[in-house]
Amino acid sequence: MHREGIYGLHEQFEDLAQQKESSLIGMWAFVAQEVLFFGGAFFTYAVYRFMYPEAFSYGSSLLDVRFGAFNTVVLLLSSFTVAMAVRAAQLNDKKQLVGFLLATLFFASTFMGIKYIEYSSKYEHHLIPGINFDGSHLDFDNPEKVELFMSIYFALTGLHGLHVLVGILILLWLIPVSIKGRFTSSYYFPVEIFGLYWHFVDIVWIFLFPLLYLIGVS
Amino acid sequence: MHQKENVNYLNVEYGIKSWLFTKDHKRIGVMYLIAVTLFFIVGALAALGVRLELLTPEGDLMSSDAYNRFFTMHGVIMIFLFLIPSIPAVLGNFVLPIMIGARDLAFPRINLLSWYIFIFSGIIGIIGILKGGIDTGWTFYTPYSSIYSHTPVVLVAFAAFLVGFSSILTGLNFIATVHTMRAPGLSWFRLPLFVWAMYATSLVIMLGTPVVAITLVLLILDRAVGLGIFNPTLGGDPVLFQHLFWFYSHPAVYIMILPAMGVVSEVVSAFSRKKVFGYKFIVYSSMAIAVIGFLVWGHHMYTSGQSALSGIVFSILTVLVGVPTAVKILNWTVTLYRGSVSFEAPMLYALGFMGLFIIGGLTGLFLAALGTDVHLHDTYFVVAHFHYTMVGGAIMGFLAGLHYWWPKITGRMYPEFLGKFGAIVVFVGFHLTFLPQFVAGYLGMPRRYHYYVPEFQFYNILSTAGATILGAGMILVIGYLVWSARYGEKAVSNPWRAVGLEWETASPPHPHNFEEVPRVEWDAYDYEYKYKKEGVSFA
Ligand SMILES: [Cu+2]
Repeated sequence: MHREGIYGLHEQFEDLAQQKESSLIGMWAFVAQEVLFFGGAFFTYAVYRFMYPEAFSYGSSLLDVRFGAFNTVVLLLSSFTVAMAVRAAQLNDKKQLVGFLLATLFFASTFMGIKYIEYSSKYEHHLIPGINFDGSHLDFDNPEKVELFMSIYFALTGLHGLHVLVGILILLWLIPVSIKGRFTSSYYFPVEIFGLYWHFVDIVWIFLFPLLYLIGVS
Repeated sequence: MHQKENVNYLNVEYGIKSWLFTKDHKRIGVMYLIAVTLFFIVGALAALGVRLELLTPEGDLMSSDAYNRFFTMHGVIMIFLFLIPSIPAVLGNFVLPIMIGARDLAFPRINLLSWYIFIFSGIIGIIGILKGGIDTGWTFYTPYSSIYSHTPVVLVAFAAFLVGFSSILTGLNFIATVHTMRAPGLSWFRLPLFVWAMYATSLVIMLGTPVVAITLVLLILDRAVGLGIFNPTLGGDPVLFQHLFWFYSHPAVYIMILPAMGVVSEVVSAFSRKKVFGYKFIVYSSMAIAVIGFLVWGHHMYTSGQSALSGIVFSILTVLVGVPTAVKILNWTVTLYRGSVSFEAPMLYALGFMGLFIIGGLTGLFLAALGTDVHLHDTYFVVAHFHYTMVGGAIMGFLAGLHYWWPKITGRMYPEFLGKFGAIVVFVGFHLTFLPQFVAGYLGMPRRYHYYVPEFQFYNILSTAGATILGAGMILVIGYLVWSARYGEKAVSNPWRAVGLEWETASPPHPHNFEEVPRVEWDAYDYEYKYKKEGVSFA
């Protein structure tokens, strides 16, 4: 009953092909639930933007488009490097695999660094609801609606940032395993599955960026 | 079996560690069984508090504040920590891989992880109770929950958030397993209906739970950090919370009911020794319930200020969702017709399910219709209705399945006489508890109040008496099951002479379920094929 000798094959499966198929279905199912998770948050955004369009566009103008745009580029690049990492694994190219995973890690960390700078500047400008929001210096009639926008901004980007952080943790596991040369053209689906996850995280940001940063009046 | 005991999943290893680190879906199923039983007892104690308080119209046992906490904790625990995991995580975990001829679920480690998440959330919930419990109702409606309540809402909401991920992981596991690990010959339309029910349930879990997860996250952020997403003073919309909440929580009803329906299909077929009538209809009705179930959440908000048009649409859709349910009941009834029916305990529970669910479903129509709902909304009529579907449906289904597969799980028979007796006590106690609530509710007794006008006392005394009988019945059932796990008569591999892969393997099963991978050459419930193969003549 135990089929020793095939690296990475778990004992409940007949062969690596079955294991790979299961893992892919599992990952797609996971992505589907993630879509609904963020879907609920986007729905909330949509309802409030429909109710308070002016406050949202004013709130959006308080965000720094340059940071958002820079982070968009960073994440797009990381999506590219992760796709290249999968390809390198398929081709048994260990050096490239490790290189591209490290590059992905670099971009992911850069994203978080920028996010940190952004959040700090919001703190300095007293724009964090519940912590130090102060609408009195805003040039807007209903500052509490702007607070609502900022609430949604922090909820959405915070949850997205958490997903980036999880991605970084997975990379910190994938990279040493790759260095040991464990991923080969017959067993690389952990890299592939991570790629799927990472593309999803990227796509969420592709939606977040215009919805949060680009609806403002300058 | 008279030779020395074979290796099975229970005796292959001993010691607490061999359980806590197991990846065997059967052991994890048993661990879930122990956990949900404990939570059931806690939830039942909270119900006991509610029923005792309601014996008299005055508030003489506890303060209004304490009463609010009691009914909230009853709801939270019973729904999140008992009903939702009961059949999928216990019975599904145990029998689903065996039913499809697999060695285990696709992701055994994730399966174990889901158990730990479940236990961890349960502990957080219990800490919430020890800190006084919460008083928001299990629905966590904002802005009361996000701003005004003085109880540990963050803790309990976090527990509910977290426990969702244990069901998501279970659902994910089931979906991947059913897709990729069926035994050779076991095509989709040969799958037992319980597997189909688990599959449909998993879809609902995967698509519904994340929405309540994000809703609870936003609630927690509002309350703990001070964001204002549901805060009306910032322009936040409490009805939005209700929409998001019920987008999950109505389908959650089907997370509790579909598995029970799956069990009933198995049991009705096994104790009629007959193929289930209209197999494909039942499959499609499960899938239809899973889909339509997502389109009816608005029926919880007829009085919350949604538009008249959406009220009408939700009302029509809600009536529609009754159709696939009716199809199932019809199919089971036809299956019974001219079957060689026998009435062991699982069958009694399955029949109980049908009876109770018909009442639960029909009274649901009163609530689905706009006009009558406005009268009945937030009365005891609603309480009675959902207990008929949840307790009468989900718990009856759970008990049916638990008795049916008990010989497989433990390798021992439960005492049949006590089993039948217990089923009857539970059935009688249940009706006595909840039938009077229909009347009291119809006459206008509101739910969630500590005090009530004296004219309702008669119904409440009946109800509390019924709850006492129901409780005694449950104690009896738990008692003899625990006893029989050790001292019961040894079970053969197929005590019910039922068709299904789980009955082809030993009781209790081998650690890898089957000595060798089975080949499936028959359709589900093919009693003629089976009896012909065994050379048994059977009319
Ligand atoms: Cu509903």
